[in-house]
Amino acid sequence: MGLLSDPSRRKVLTGLLTRLNTPICIVCYLAGIVWFMGLAFEPFTLRTYMSENAMGSTMVLLRGAIMMLVCFCSGMPVEWLVKAMQSRGLEVFTQSFSRKLPFPDENKERYMVRGTNVYGILRAPRAPRTEALVISAPCSPGDSNNQAVGLLLALAQYFRNQVYWAKDIIFLVNEHDLMGTQAWLEAYHHTNITGMEYSPLQGRAGSIQAALSLELSSDVITSLDLILEGLNGQLPNLDLANLFYAFCQKLGVLCTIQGKLQRNDWDTAEGYTHAAQTMMLMVLKQACGRSWGDHGLFLRYHIEAASVRGINSFRHYKTDAATIGRLLEGMVRKLNNLLERLHQSYFFYLLPSLSRFVSIGCYMLAFGLLVVILLLRALDLWVHLGAPALAAPSGPGVLTVLTPVVISHLTGVALYLLPVHLQEMAVEHFPVSETEAVVLTAVAIYTAGLALPHNTQRLLSGEGTEQGWKVLKLTALLYLAVLLGCTALINFSLGFILAVTLVPITASMTPHMPKALSALVMVLLSPAFTVLYCVFIYQELIEAPVSVSEGWMLFLSVISQGILDHALYGSLVYPLLALFIYPCWLMFWNILFWS
Amino acid sequence: MAAHRCGLSLVFILIFSSLACHSSCDSLENANEDTEEKQSVSDTPREVNSDGSIAAEDLNERRGRSTDAELDRRDGTRTSEALTPAAAARDEFQEELVIRPLHSGDIYASFQFRTLWDTDFLQEGQKVSHYRLFPKSLGQVLSKFSVRELHISFTQGFWRTMQWGQPFIPSPPGAELWVWFHDTVSDVDGNWKELTNVLSGIFCASLNFIDLTNTVQPSASFKPLGLGNATDHRFLRYATLPREIVCTENLTPWKKLLPCGSKAGLAVLLKSEKLFHSSFHSQAVHIRPVCQDEQCTSKAWELRQTLNVVFDLYTAGQGKKEWSLFKMFSRTLTEACPLATSSKVYVDITDNPEGELFELSPATPLLSQAVVLGDRRTYSVFDLTRAETFGQLRSLNLLLRWKGDGGEMLRPLLHAERYVAGFGLQTGEIHTVIYNNHPYRAFPVLLMDSVPWYLQLYIHTLTVTSKSRDNKPSYIHYQPAKDRHRPHLLEMLIQLPPHSMTEVTVQFERALLKWTEYTPDPNHGFYVGSSVVSALVPSMVAMNTNFTQDQPLFSSFVPVKEESSYFVRVYTEPLLVNLPTPDFSMPYNVICLTCTVVAVGYGSFYNLLTRTFQVDEPSLPLAKRLANLIRRIRGVPLLT
Repeated sequence: MGLLSDPSRRKVLTGLLTRLNTPICIVCYLAGIVWFMGLAFEPFTLRTYMSENAMGSTMVLLRGAIMMLVCFCSGMPVEWLVKAMQSRGLEVFTQSFSRKLPFPDENKERYMVRGTNVYGILRAPRAPRTEALVISAPCSPGDSNNQAVGLLLALAQYFRNQVYWAKDIIFLVNEHDLMGTQAWLEAYHHTNITGMEYSPLQGRAGSIQAALSLELSSDVITSLDLILEGLNGQLPNLDLANLFYAFCQKLGVLCTIQGKLQRNDWDTAEGYTHAAQTMMLMVLKQACGRSWGDHGLFLRYHIEAASVRGINSFRHYKTDAATIGRLLEGMVRKLNNLLERLHQSYFFYLLPSLSRFVSIGCYMLAFGLLVVILLLRALDLWVHLGAPALAAPSGPGVLTVLTPVVISHLTGVALYLLPVHLQEMAVEHFPVSETEAVVLTAVAIYTAGLALPHNTQRLLSGEGTEQGWKVLKLTALLYLAVLLGCTALINFSLGFILAVTLVPITASMTPHMPKALSALVMVLLSPAFTVLYCVFIYQELIEAPVSVSEGWMLFLSVISQGILDHALYGSLVYPLLALFIYPCWLMFWNILFWS
Repeated sequence: MAAHRCGLSLVFILIFSSLACHSSCDSLENANEDTEEKQSVSDTPREVNSDGSIAAEDLNERRGRSTDAELDRRDGTRTSEALTPAAAARDEFQEELVIRPLHSGDIYASFQFRTLWDTDFLQEGQKVSHYRLFPKSLGQVLSKFSVRELHISFTQGFWRTMQWGQPFIPSPPGAELWVWFHDTVSDVDGNWKELTNVLSGIFCASLNFIDLTNTVQPSASFKPLGLGNATDHRFLRYATLPREIVCTENLTPWKKLLPCGSKAGLAVLLKSEKLFHSSFHSQAVHIRPVCQDEQCTSKAWELRQTLNVVFDLYTAGQGKKEWSLFKMFSRTLTEACPLATSSKVYVDITDNPEGELFELSPATPLLSQAVVLGDRRTYSVFDLTRAETFGQLRSLNLLLRWKGDGGEMLRPLLHAERYVAGFGLQTGEIHTVIYNNHPYRAFPVLLMDSVPWYLQLYIHTLTVTSKSRDNKPSYIHYQPAKDRHRPHLLEMLIQLPPHSMTEVTVQFERALLKWTEYTPDPNHGFYVGSSVVSALVPSMVAMNTNFTQDQPLFSSFVPVKEESSYFVRVYTEPLLVNLPTPDFSMPYNVICLTCTVVAVGYGSFYNLLTRTFQVDEPSLPLAKRLANLIRRIRGVPLLT
């Protein structure tokens, strides 16, 4: 600390920092990106291992001879399900719910949603109804998930005849996929966060310890895919993934994550690319903050949950239903053995493959390297502002800084509120559907925000000074650093993706740069374009590349999905972007046009 | 007589050969339990008659001799009565098993063993030291701690009211203990603490975990069930341990309290491997003073040992819908306990008048009617003290063959459930839902909630709503918790409108415990005991209010005061609540350490960054300062 308390040496240090600021920042940025890409390289990652003793040492004996049933659902056969569950000796209850969406969902073609959940509780013998496990299967119109419902019933029948249960098991068949789950969970915990209307539940089974969701979309299943990404980028405890992987290994079932098989050739370029692609897919899925399966909504209630999806994409392999039944039986039995909630293993991780993981300690460094750039730039500005030679006789008024900040945020509020509230007016005046109206209003408001600097200037009394933009930039840099830091703590992927695009422009932006070129770069690296790039990259990674126009349509539907997810399930990505990130970006846009 | 015996012994040889396998395993177990039995015999010096000494003998021999035993029994009891000195207090023992085929297709078996003793432990200056049927271990405890009434239950599982209806004697999951002390006791808390520790030893249970933090004194919910009209709840202590796990080690000491142990009578059925292979298991001991006779001139002590068990049709039936004593308990009945004055098996056949639901064999001509829990029930009675009950085979193996299917859910008149609402680890809300399914009668219920201190109740958020309208309780007794000393106690008298659902909600905040206060498995959660709903439920039929000795035991436990209603106690499920828990692991230590380092480092770093420094004038050497002093006096310029 002698370094800092000695004024002369301190001066040297600050001089060094200001002089070498740009090179240090560039090095940090590159190091951050390289570090992140290195996370997928196998020697740098850890092998997954079971941390929970209750699930590790006691291997369960599987002997489930499970018959596959096929039910022909057209819509939701509530009565049939009730009868089927009752005849298997469960306590059966139904729950009806209804919800009017803020605007029609064109992807799933629904607006006024009315549905019924059916659930049966298998009461564990000699257990006092304090703990429960949930196995759920969405039953959607058509026959897309019949197999899962059939398997669920078969499991119920088999489980009913066993005596080793220590926790009650709830078999839930939910209608309208996520909405049904949401209604059921809200009713179970007697909360109402999204304004859903539902009938209260008649039967409960204590605190839910873990949940598994089944999705089997076709008759022929070649492999099982594990889906972990939940609402707002929450992930279940890593032990749940380990459990799934351990049983897949044991039963010889082909298992994938992000639809990608594991490869053993990590030392080749292909092997590395494969792992990097898998990890990138996870980052993109986590960043978008939506629930990628029914399990995602459980995580809010501190219930560890994962979805198991049967897919039919690898030829020459076929997994029969009995094996899947055994796999689930094994997983449920292991969960049944749990003495405590799953808590031993990691809650924050990235998976380049099912057997390897990157812990929070490793990946946070990549993010830290990016965010430190903002702090270094802020330090640089602080030093410049403090230097006596440059100090103006009177510092810039609070008003000069406050006005752009307030106006940017008001634009953000408009972006958040207006699209949904103005849809009727938009539909009246323009030949568009409600959904299009909402999305296009959002795009319009976003674009209109670009005209802001002129309006801000008009409001300001005097000329913008050199001092003025520096103070504004200092504020904006610190603001962005705090914002990204907080986001990354909750949802690393989102924070990192935003940092990758926002940090370069925000760190380098001054009013003295060539206006047209910098404006173009800024727009191309704005939050909306980040979303657009993510759409393209995602499509590329799932091996379904799209053309520009298709990409644009996808982009629009992503926006509508984001708004819907916020309204229906409480996803926070859209409000975060509209209320904080976009205004913050606007502040830098203001600096560019500072006169 | 001799010829008769000869014929019988022939029959027995036949039976013996057919039961060879069965009895050989019996004798093995018998040998195992010999030691146990000897101990209990030495514990309680009893008068064991000729046929009561079978305990140490081989079963094969017992089978051969049982005819003699039976024939001798009547003489035996007569002689024992004659031998008993007139001055010694009279005591008697009754045993009873009720089998009720449940609505859901399961089977409910309820054992009751009653020992009555016409003596008073608590009388001044009289020390009771001669014990016959009453277990000495309990008698000594009662007199030492001046206990007036003691109720203890151990339950594994939750009684499913919606499927099984009401039990004869309800009990909450885990262990429950409530005791009325005699009003001469000065240090009730001290007695209570010692008593729990002693009982903990007697029953091999963790009752020693009962301390002041989970003990309450309910003001209205737990009235004495025996004689006397105590109202001062300072002498009452009530505690539950919802986490207590009940197992064989609790069953063995419980069986030892029986006069015949598990060697004869109904208690031979109590084999732990079968009893704990069930859906519900509950064992209890109730001690209370009762009237000796109808005039109620003097007091007698009653010890009731009850054991309730529900067998699951699905898991144990192995596909066949058939029940028998042998299937349920892996034993059949061959004799009554020789010390018992009455020994009966009741089978509830109320729902089965024409035999359409199930088929019962062997058939018995003896029928009995009793009014239980507001309903008139009909029972087939098998009297084990009569030889003809056992038929030709000298063993009774009741057989129930189901014909119908498991029915829909029941709608019991009174039903309650409870759950925790909300998410997150800061606050929450306890919801207690009480259903009154009576079509037209409203009745009041007493709700008692005892909540540990680490859930800090916000009592101002207490709401009671029925039919979406505010329902004002007519009586509220609330005792706030003291951190680490005393739990919350909330008692309310609520009027339940007919055919309604009443919801009682109260919000709470989860306390952050000190790090030594967490259990070894903090992420499992913390238990909150069941809340208790006690009510006088309107009865469909007139209840039997007069007290008679020959009522079946199961219908005479709770005294009935009026004809139009009967007493019901309903326990809700216990709650499992997660408290904010630090991560007690290596990363936790790392985080603590890093945070400390960062805090210290950041503090000094921030200090240095925000402070402005100025170059200090170097101080002059002493010689120069002295020179300057002289120069100042002289008025010449100073040196620097």
